[in-house]
Amino acid sequence: MTQFLQLFFQGFALGCIYALVALGFTVIYRASQVINFAQGGMLLIGAYLVSVFATGTRLPFGVAVALAVLLLAAGAVSFQMIVLRRVIGQPVFVLVMITIGASIVIDAAIPAIFGGNPRLLGDPWGSSALHVGGVTLNWVRIWAVIVTALILAGFFVFDRFSRYGLAMRATAADEEAAAAVGVPVRRVYALSWAIAGAVAAAGGLFLAGFPNSPNPSLGDVALRAFPAIILGGLDSPLGAVVGGIVIGVVEVLTSGYAPSWLGANFSDIAPYVLMILVLFVRPYGLFGTRPVERL
Amino acid sequence: MSPADTTPALEVRDLALRFGRVTAFEHVNFDVEQGELFAVIGPNGAGKTSLFNVLSRVYAASAGTVRYFGQDLLRLRAWALAGAGIARTFQNLGLFAPLSVLENVLIGRHHLMSAGPVRAGVWLGPGRTEERAHRAAAREALEFLGIAQYADALVRELPFGIRKQVELARALAMEPRLVLLDEPVAGMSGDERAEVTALVRRLHGERGLTMLLVEHDMGMVMEVAQRVLVLDFGEVVAVGTPAEVQRDERVIRAYLGEEIDPAAEAEAAAEAARR
Repeated sequence: MTQFLQLFFQGFALGCIYALVALGFTVIYRASQVINFAQGGMLLIGAYLVSVFATGTRLPFGVAVALAVLLLAAGAVSFQMIVLRRVIGQPVFVLVMITIGASIVIDAAIPAIFGGNPRLLGDPWGSSALHVGGVTLNWVRIWAVIVTALILAGFFVFDRFSRYGLAMRATAADEEAAAAVGVPVRRVYALSWAIAGAVAAAGGLFLAGFPNSPNPSLGDVALRAFPAIILGGLDSPLGAVVGGIVIGVVEVLTSGYAPSWLGANFSDIAPYVLMILVLFVRPYGLFGTRPVERL
Repeated sequence: MSPADTTPALEVRDLALRFGRVTAFEHVNFDVEQGELFAVIGPNGAGKTSLFNVLSRVYAASAGTVRYFGQDLLRLRAWALAGAGIARTFQNLGLFAPLSVLENVLIGRHHLMSAGPVRAGVWLGPGRTEERAHRAAAREALEFLGIAQYADALVRELPFGIRKQVELARALAMEPRLVLLDEPVAGMSGDERAEVTALVRRLHGERGLTMLLVEHDMGMVMEVAQRVLVLDFGEVVAVGTPAEVQRDERVIRAYLGEEIDPAAEAEAAAEAARR
């Protein structure tokens, strides 16, 4: 039983990180139908930014994180404005290729700038943990869950109850009509990238925590969030959260409980198996919108 | 005491739209006075939709000028129209299906709101009073259209007739100085058409809105319009009151075609046989 709780807790925390990756991705996709393959790379940058500010300067950790968030959000907006805006009107595939290119650049640039060795993250909780009835609750994981919950609550409130949240949902539904009604569509796009960047910084912070550390292979971990994105539905923030947590839990539980005849690394493919099974029943993901075409 | 402002809402001079060698319309000249209900009609393919699209900034004009209350309209992009006070409706509805009716109307007030994404990004505190005012205005527009009871319903669950009214409510809530209506009764049944025609008349009469509508349905136009412009094959055929235009021979010919003269036909056939 304790093993189950232990694994469930770890899976839930990992799921929260996946949820952050998926949320950033979904926000961009919902607003502009751009598939941002660089989302994982953005988490990697986030982790390194936190590490640089937390260990390289004498700033308090909270300030270091805030700086990383602001810088990454600004960087994401700049990318959208400088690169993506030039290809507006082109097929979406072109933009997708550009984001794939960006992710390749990030994956190469990080070790080139910082070297391939793991860095120190500089977080105040390190590997400390709470021990409750035989279950080890690492503080980094507890904070991951708490911060994710706060981010999601904040996003939900913004999405439903703010002027720009409404503008983003309208742009997602019908961009031409939104423009005709006075929504500043370009600003909405930029805002969606800023949110994705900010959320990626938070995700990177926890992704690089114990037992990981800021190192170039973190991008691969973030890539594992893709089944979560597909399973939840490409354009649904709620789907991103549910998908992320489900995938995280499934991944860790299968690593602990899968029988050996399934193979030693079955937990690596379990998320994809689950994703395929869900797609049989729900081709657009659990919460994705089914496109209605007028003939 | 300042003189009353009589700047026309729209002054169109020598407007043309060409796609390569194909002319959608040209030599279009007309004025729309403030508070007027002006209609553009014409048979299919006359160029009305193209004209509408140039005015609503979906297309760039090939030639000519358009002044909107003295400003250069052609300089504005589609997303700047709302801020300039121009509301447009879509023939096939430009509503946001997953959002509620109230949210659809509220989004029309986006350009009137001042709270940015960071300051008062959420409707709490200082942004709250502003939000309440805008919600009240949105509800008021719904009440004017008689659909206030649908405020919380999702648009995708509503029938076409109600959706049309939501679109009109949104146009009203945008507090426009000019409303552009794109074939408001297209594809409607008799009852629906009567209802929308009455709503258009009310919006014009009770709110004093300046309106330009492009429409194919002659009957509807003749009922509500104060002045009509008739297009045919991209050229202006007539401009005047509905009564004047209805009697205009060129308009009749445009809609009904030329009268066939049997004698002239026989002569032309004989001529062709001789060669």
